[in-house]
Amino acid sequence: MAEADLRTTDRAILETRKLTKVFGGLTAVNNFDSQVREGEICSLIGPNGAGKTTVFNVVTGIYKPENGSVVFNGKDITGQKPHQIVSGGIARTFQNIRLFPNMTCLENIMAGQHCRGSAGMWGSIFRTSRQKKEERHIREVAEARIHQVGLWESRDELAKNIAYGSQRMLEIARALATEPGLLALDEPSSGLNPSETEELMVFLKSLVKENFSIFLIEHDMNVVMGISDWVIVMDEGARIAEGRPETVYNNPKVIEAYLGYDDDQQVNGES
Amino acid sequence: MEDTRISKLNSFFSPQQGTLFAVLGIFVIYPFAANNYYIDVAFFFGIYALLGLSLNIVLGEVGLFDLGHAGFYAIGAYTTAILNTKFGVPILVLLPVSAIAAALFAYLVCSPIIHLRGDYLCIVTIGMGEIVRLSLINNPFDLTGGPNGVFGIDFPSLGSFFVIDSSIEYYFFIWIVVGFSILALIRLQNSRIGRAWNCIREDEVAANANGINVRHYKLLAFVLGAAMAGIAGNIYASKLMCVSPESFSFMESCLMFCIVLIGGMGSIPGVIIGAAVISLFPEIFRPFAMYRMLIFGTVMILMMMFRPGGAWPRRRGGADIKSVLNTWRKNG
Repeated sequence: MAEADLRTTDRAILETRKLTKVFGGLTAVNNFDSQVREGEICSLIGPNGAGKTTVFNVVTGIYKPENGSVVFNGKDITGQKPHQIVSGGIARTFQNIRLFPNMTCLENIMAGQHCRGSAGMWGSIFRTSRQKKEERHIREVAEARIHQVGLWESRDELAKNIAYGSQRMLEIARALATEPGLLALDEPSSGLNPSETEELMVFLKSLVKENFSIFLIEHDMNVVMGISDWVIVMDEGARIAEGRPETVYNNPKVIEAYLGYDDDQQVNGES
Repeated sequence: MEDTRISKLNSFFSPQQGTLFAVLGIFVIYPFAANNYYIDVAFFFGIYALLGLSLNIVLGEVGLFDLGHAGFYAIGAYTTAILNTKFGVPILVLLPVSAIAAALFAYLVCSPIIHLRGDYLCIVTIGMGEIVRLSLINNPFDLTGGPNGVFGIDFPSLGSFFVIDSSIEYYFFIWIVVGFSILALIRLQNSRIGRAWNCIREDEVAANANGINVRHYKLLAFVLGAAMAGIAGNIYASKLMCVSPESFSFMESCLMFCIVLIGGMGSIPGVIIGAAVISLFPEIFRPFAMYRMLIFGTVMILMMMFRPGGAWPRRRGGADIKSVLNTWRKNG
C-alpha cells in the first residue's frame, strides 16, 4: 500500500468501485476497483479474456454494470448513456478501429467536436450568425488536431483510404476533438509497426503534458513499461496487482497470470 | 493557403454555377413550351423529387431502411383532405399543418422502434405503412371515406385573386417548394447535424462513443423526412382534388426507395435524377406497359451490381448500398 504514495498526484480523475459485470453465467468483471489519477498514463493489462475491454465498455457507458459504480471527476456517472459520458469528458478509441469510413479525415475529427456544439436544425437551415461562428470554431479545432497527429496532407481523403497506422492516429485525434479530460485507449499500438509504435509512445507522452489523463489497455509490454506511470493487472475479471511498471513486471502473481503456474514450485513450497 | 483555397473553389464552382443556371432556365421555360399533359408529368416529377428528398434524409443520410414512407405521405394528404373538406380550412394554411401532423405521427410511431437495427427496422416500417393504408380503408370515425377516399378538395389560394388552379401554376408551386427544400437540405448536409447523421450511417457505435445522441438524431431524421412527405401529400391532394388509399400503397414506398437508390444515397442531385427516372419511366414505356415492371426490375438489379453508389453519388461523404449493408453486419 505504501506504493500508492509513489503515484503522481492524489487526485483521482476516474475511479471504479466494486465494479461487476455479468454476461449470462460469466462474470466478466468482478468487484473491480481501480483509480486513474490526474495527469498520468495508467495502463490496464492482463491476459486475453481478462475483462479489460469490458471495463472500458462499462466506463464509457456501452454496458451497464450489475453492481458497483464509476466515478469521474468526483461525479457518479454509472449508467449514463455513452454520449452523455463523452460530453462529461471521457473519450475512447476502439480495439478494432472504428472510424467513419466514407467521410473525410477532417470530417471524422469534426464529428468529435459534435458534443461541444449546440446548433440545432433551424439554426443550420437559416445559417444564423451563431451557427456560422460555431461551425468555424469546430473547423478550427479539427484542423488543429489533424495537424497535431500529422495528417494535414490527407485531410480531404476518405478515412477508409488512408494507411492503417494513420487511421489509428486519426481515431485518437477524433477522441481528442471531444475535448476530454480522460482518454481511454483500447490497444492503440495493435497492428502498428515498431517505428509507428515508437511515434505513438512519444505522442501519448506529449498528450500528458497537455493535461490529458490516459487510461490505456495495452498488450505490447514495451509500450506499457515505456510510458505508464501506473499499471493495473487484471485476470479473470478481478484486479490481481497494481503498481509502478517495474514492480508489476516482477510480481510473481502477474507472471503466473500470464504464463500459467508451475506445479513443481507449489509442491516444493518454494514459491 | 487561403488564396489557393478560394481560387480552387472558384474554378470548381463556375462550371457548376453555369449548369445550375442552365437547369433553372430550362425549368422556367419548359412549361411555356410544353402542353398541359407534359406539364403535369413534370408536376409529378416534382412530387416524386420532394418525396425522394424526404426519404433521402432517412435512408440516404442516416442509412435507416424505411419502407413505409408512403404512410407519412398519406397522413399529410389525408390531413389536408379531411380538414379542407370537413372544416373548410384553406389549403395553404394546411401546408404546415400537414407537415406537422406527419411529423407528429412519425415521432409517436418511431419513438418506440428507433433502436431497431437494419432489417428489423425495415420490416417494422413496412408494417407501419400498411397499417396506415388499411386504417384509411377502414374509414375510422367516418373521416377517411374508406376505399373511395375523400374528394372535393380545394385549390390552394390566398383570397380570391391568387388561386393556384392551372397545371402551370401547380408546376411552379411544387418546384418552388422543391427548390427551397433542396436549399435547406444542402445547408443541413454541411452542418453539425448533417455530419452527425452521416456518422450514424457509417458506424452507430462509434457515433455514440463520440458524443452523438444517436436516438435523437435518428428521430430527427424521421420527423423531418415525414414532415417533407406531409408537404408532398398536401400538394398532391390539392392537385388531384381527391385522395384514396390506393395512392399510398406499399408500391409507392418502394418507388421512393428506388429513387434514392438509383440516384445515390445521400446525394441531392442523385435524388432528382432518380425522381426523373421513376416519374418519366412509365411515360416512356407506355407502349410496352406489359413489360414495364420486368424492365424496371432488371434495371434495378443491374444498378445494384454495377453501380451500387447510384447514378450521381455524393462527391464526399456519400455511401453506397453495399457499405450500408456491411454496417449492419458490423453492428450485429
